[in-house]
Amino acid sequence: MKELVVLSGKGGTGKTSIVGSLAALAEDKILADCDVDAADLHLLLEPVVRQKNEFWSGQVAVIDEEKCTQCGLCQELCHFEAIEDFTVAPVSCEGCGFCRRICPVEAITMKENLSGHWFISDTRYGPLVHARLGIAQENSGKLVALVRQQAREMAEKQGAAFIISDGPPGIGCPVISSLSGASLALLVTEPTLSGIHDLERVIGVCRHFGVPALVCINKYDINEENSCQIEDYCREQGIEVAARIPFDNIVTEAMVKGLPVVQYGSDGPVSRQIKLLWQNIAGRLSTN
Amino acid sequence: MIISVASGKGGTGKTLVATSLAFSLKDRQPVQLLDCDVEEPNDHIFLKPVITQKEVVCIQVPKVDEEKCTHCGLCAEICAYNAIAVVPDRVMIFPELCHGCGACSYLCPEKAISEEGRETGVVEWGDADGIDFVQGRINVGEAMAPPAIRQVRERANADGVVIIDVPPGTSCPVVEAIKGSHFCLLVTEPTPFGFNDLVLAVETVRELNIPLGVVINRAGGEYHKVEDYCRKENIPILLTIPLDTGIARLYSRGVTLAEGMPETQEMFILLWDGIRKILDEGTGSLKR
Repeated sequence: MKELVVLSGKGGTGKTSIVGSLAALAEDKILADCDVDAADLHLLLEPVVRQKNEFWSGQVAVIDEEKCTQCGLCQELCHFEAIEDFTVAPVSCEGCGFCRRICPVEAITMKENLSGHWFISDTRYGPLVHARLGIAQENSGKLVALVRQQAREMAEKQGAAFIISDGPPGIGCPVISSLSGASLALLVTEPTLSGIHDLERVIGVCRHFGVPALVCINKYDINEENSCQIEDYCREQGIEVAARIPFDNIVTEAMVKGLPVVQYGSDGPVSRQIKLLWQNIAGRLSTN
Repeated sequence: MIISVASGKGGTGKTLVATSLAFSLKDRQPVQLLDCDVEEPNDHIFLKPVITQKEVVCIQVPKVDEEKCTHCGLCAEICAYNAIAVVPDRVMIFPELCHGCGACSYLCPEKAISEEGRETGVVEWGDADGIDFVQGRINVGEAMAPPAIRQVRERANADGVVIIDVPPGTSCPVVEAIKGSHFCLLVTEPTPFGFNDLVLAVETVRELNIPLGVVINRAGGEYHKVEDYCRKENIPILLTIPLDTGIARLYSRGVTLAEGMPETQEMFILLWDGIRKILDEGTGSLKR
C-alpha cells in the first residue's frame, strides 16, 4: 500500500481541487483529509458519514475560585501567559499541568479536553477518513496522525493499493504529521513569487523527512516566466515537474457545482493535465 | 491599534490586503506590519524591507545534570508532552516534543534540571520604505509555530497602527496571532471553499471576542453565499476586490496592489475608515 500526500506550503494553490480529481481518477484507494482545521475536500466528495468519533486530546487547567487564595504563583510561573486575574484562558493554556502541581492550596484541576471529531465516510469515489478540529483548538498534528492511522488500517483491511491524502498549508506541525513516512509528496504550487518561496520551504521539509516529491504547477500561464523559474529550480533540485495546469475558470465552476473538475469538464485542458498527472503518480507509486 | 488580517482558507488574499493596507496608510500615520505567518512568511516579498536586526527564537528545553540526578523519574511523570523518559541509569530528552513549560526544572527535587535554549526560528525587523516591518520564520523541519508568533507579537507597538498578517487555518497558530487584536479582517473569496472556511474563521474570531469585518477578494461570478451569510450574521463587508487577471499578474510578480495600481489606495483608506468607524461606534458584530 502506497501513500500519496498533497502539500503546497502556500495555501490556496489548488491542493483540494486536485485531490478531488485524483479521487475520481484513482481506483482501489482510501481517501484522507489531513487538513483538519479548514477542511474542504468534503465539499467535492459529499461524504455520507458512517462513523463519528470524538477526539479527546490534551487538558485544560481550571481554577476553583472558592479554594484560590489569589497568591499569584500560577500566573507568575505559567510560561504561556494563560492565567490572568486568577482565571485560565483556555485558548492559551497548553495543558502542561505545571500550575496544578505548584498551587499551594490545590485549587487547580486539569480537565480533559474534547478537541474535535473524526469521521469515516462513504463517498461516490470510495471511503474517506476526515476530521474536524474544534474551533481554536490545539493538537492538530495528533488529529492528523489519527486520521492517517485510520486510513492505513482501512487500506490494509481492504487490501487497497493507495491512500490519497489532502494536506494542510504551511510547513509546521500538521504538515509534518501528514508527511512523515508517506511514500510520495505531490507539491502543488503556483507561479507567483510567494508560491515559489513557499515551495522551496516545503521541498526542504520533504527532504528533512526523506519523502520523495513531485511538483505540479497550477495556473502556470498566470506568469510563464515564473513557471520557467520553478522548472529550473526543480531541475537543480532533482525534482520532476509532473504537470502544468493552465488557469481556467472551469475549476471554480466545478467547485460551485460540488464536482471534481475531471468530472465536470472532463475533456478540457485542465482535466487532461490532471489525468496525465495521475498516470505519472500511479506509475511512480507502483514502481518504488 | 492592532488590526489582524486572517482568513481560514489559505490563498484568499491576506497578504495582499495586509501589505496594501500598510502601504496605503504609511504616508498618513505610523504603520507597523507584523508577518505572523511564520511557516510561510510572504510579506517581505512585496514590501522588500531592509532588515536591520534579528533575534533567534528559542524555546527553553531541559538539560539534566547527570551528577545530581537520582533517576527518580518525577520529571518524566510530570511532562505532559512525553518529552522526557527516565531509564534506570539515564534520562533521555526529546527536545522536539518539549513545549518549554518549565515544570520539570522547577519541580526536580535534586535541582538537577536546568534550561537551555533550543533555536526554532528567527524574528527579523527593519524598515520597508516607511513601514515598520517585523517578521518571524520557523526553521524548516520545525513543528511549533506559536513560540515564534509570540516573539513577533512582542514587538508590536500599539501607539500607531499595527497590521498583523495571520497564518491560514483556525487552530493554535491562528489564535496566537490574532489574540489581543482590536479588530480582525477576514479575507475570503466567493467560492464554496472560501465560504466554508470563512464560517470557521468567524467562529474562531467570535470565540476570542474580537470585532470583525469581511473583505471579499476575486469578487464577481454567480456565487452569492458569502454575501448572504454576512447579511444574515450582521457582519460588515468592508471591501470588495474584483476578480481581475491584472491584479493576479501584479501579485505573481511580488508587487502589492496599492503600489502597482496606486488608484486603489483610496479603497484601502476607505477600508481603514470603515474599521475605525466600527470601533468608534463600539459595534462590530461582537456577538451573535
